[in-house]
Amino acid sequence: MAATLKDATAIVGIGQTAFAKQLPQSEKELACRAILAALADAGIAPAEVDAFASYTMEETDEVEVAKAIGAGDVTFFSKVGYGGGGSCATVGHLAAAVATGQATVGVAWRSRKRGSGPRPWKNTAVQLPTPGQWTRPFGLLRPADEIAMLARRYMHEYGATRDHLFNVAMACRNRANENPAAMMYERPLTREMYMTSRMISEPLCLFDNCLETDGALACVIVSAERARDCRQKPVYVHSVAQGLPAQHHGMVNYWNDDPLSGPAWTAARHLWKQADFGPQDIDVAQIYDAFTPLIPLSLEGYGFCGRGEGAAFTEGGALEMGGRLPINTGGGGLSEAYVHGFNLINEGVKQLRGISTAQVPDAATCLVTAGEGVPTSAILLRA
Amino acid sequence: MTTTAPADGLLLPVPDEDGAPFWEYAARGELRVQACAACGRLRFPPRPCCPHCQSFESEWRPMSGRGRIWSYVRPHPPLLPAYAAQAPYNVILVELAEAPGIRLAGNLVTSADAPLDSVDPARLRIGARVQVVFAETGGVTVPRWILEKA
Repeated sequence: MAATLKDATAIVGIGQTAFAKQLPQSEKELACRAILAALADAGIAPAEVDAFASYTMEETDEVEVAKAIGAGDVTFFSKVGYGGGGSCATVGHLAAAVATGQATVGVAWRSRKRGSGPRPWKNTAVQLPTPGQWTRPFGLLRPADEIAMLARRYMHEYGATRDHLFNVAMACRNRANENPAAMMYERPLTREMYMTSRMISEPLCLFDNCLETDGALACVIVSAERARDCRQKPVYVHSVAQGLPAQHHGMVNYWNDDPLSGPAWTAARHLWKQADFGPQDIDVAQIYDAFTPLIPLSLEGYGFCGRGEGAAFTEGGALEMGGRLPINTGGGGLSEAYVHGFNLINEGVKQLRGISTAQVPDAATCLVTAGEGVPTSAILLRA
Repeated sequence: MTTTAPADGLLLPVPDEDGAPFWEYAARGELRVQACAACGRLRFPPRPCCPHCQSFESEWRPMSGRGRIWSYVRPHPPLLPAYAAQAPYNVILVELAEAPGIRLAGNLVTSADAPLDSVDPARLRIGARVQVVFAETGGVTVPRWILEKA
């Protein structure tokens, strides 16, 4: 009898700080504020926390965080690599730890000061170790350049257009316009603004790129049994998966036989195999959107449509409220905040609690994904 | 070969142990790709062993230097200063004629020494045939690409 994580654990607390271009607090303070908010939301005392998970790119480590918030003895800690690909895996690692009795109360978090802090690609000292030697000298400098390369090929192969990418940007912006916590609250986007905005890396323009953000988020994971006694309605972790495909090369996956089918495809196969439902049963999705082209690629990878059909899927308001698959209902990385995708996890929880600012009526299932284009992760949440 | 660096201040490749031969051959004006000495399969980027037969024996096979543009981008500022000075420039991915799965990042230029933005963007096209040239920048030789004569 194989062990399963299916519904064995639940997210019972979520917390976040303000999102802004500049916040005065340090990353460590923002992390602690988000974590304490999530614990307060769950009604669990900090001294009960015995597990932590975050990203390898997280600079506040669990030693500092545990000490600052007053955690008890910690028996599990984990960090997930590959930047935005790690978000959902933090929940997955804690779910596994709690389900196997290694810990009882897990906290996952991400704190970032990218709005006011330095951009990693500007650090020339770290530009050039492997694999930078194959791309950086030629001026492929930023993640936007690296993903734009795949986007151009995708558009060429499948007839995708800038209008399709606009559909993605617009859906996220429309949701952010409904979310007072979003950086783009009350800042509508129009097609004309999109089409005339400055280019960042052709074919990607300003609005195809996520927001540089200061802010932090956290969530709390406990066993399904414990969750029944918590303050909030439990949101069950139904299925979890990570994905690092054969011969994959992070960000610049150009040497693979098929660079347009990336880690999402690998994660998806495992995710759905473990689940009681399929893509057709998903009420709302939070899909990692550091760049607009990641959405059509992810829609294909996670099985919402066939290969090459992701762009066409965005037509006719499919990603909007009432559409075939409302996405990124808090505004996503493109318009709520870019905190390496952690806001997508918390937004998924809000949807299944019924408290989103863009609530999908009776939402009971939600897919949350981490970054496509790098070794990734995903979770299925259910009410 | 080139005499002056046309683009001082561009980032220079910092080879690792596996990649060093690529740059050594480039300095001699040769485009070579790592191949497994046991099963013969080409692989890129270079690495210690063959993903197909796990052999640690490898050799560096000369390429014709011909290929086709698989995709391209045109970065705009904000960029590192040396790149911003030539922006918007192009970066292309070249699918090698001998090995379609191997796609080298590079720049399409009008001649080896020409600036990164020397080609009219209207001439950038997926599928266009290109030919390797070698340019010296900051004392290091890097492959660049010119459109093959029709």
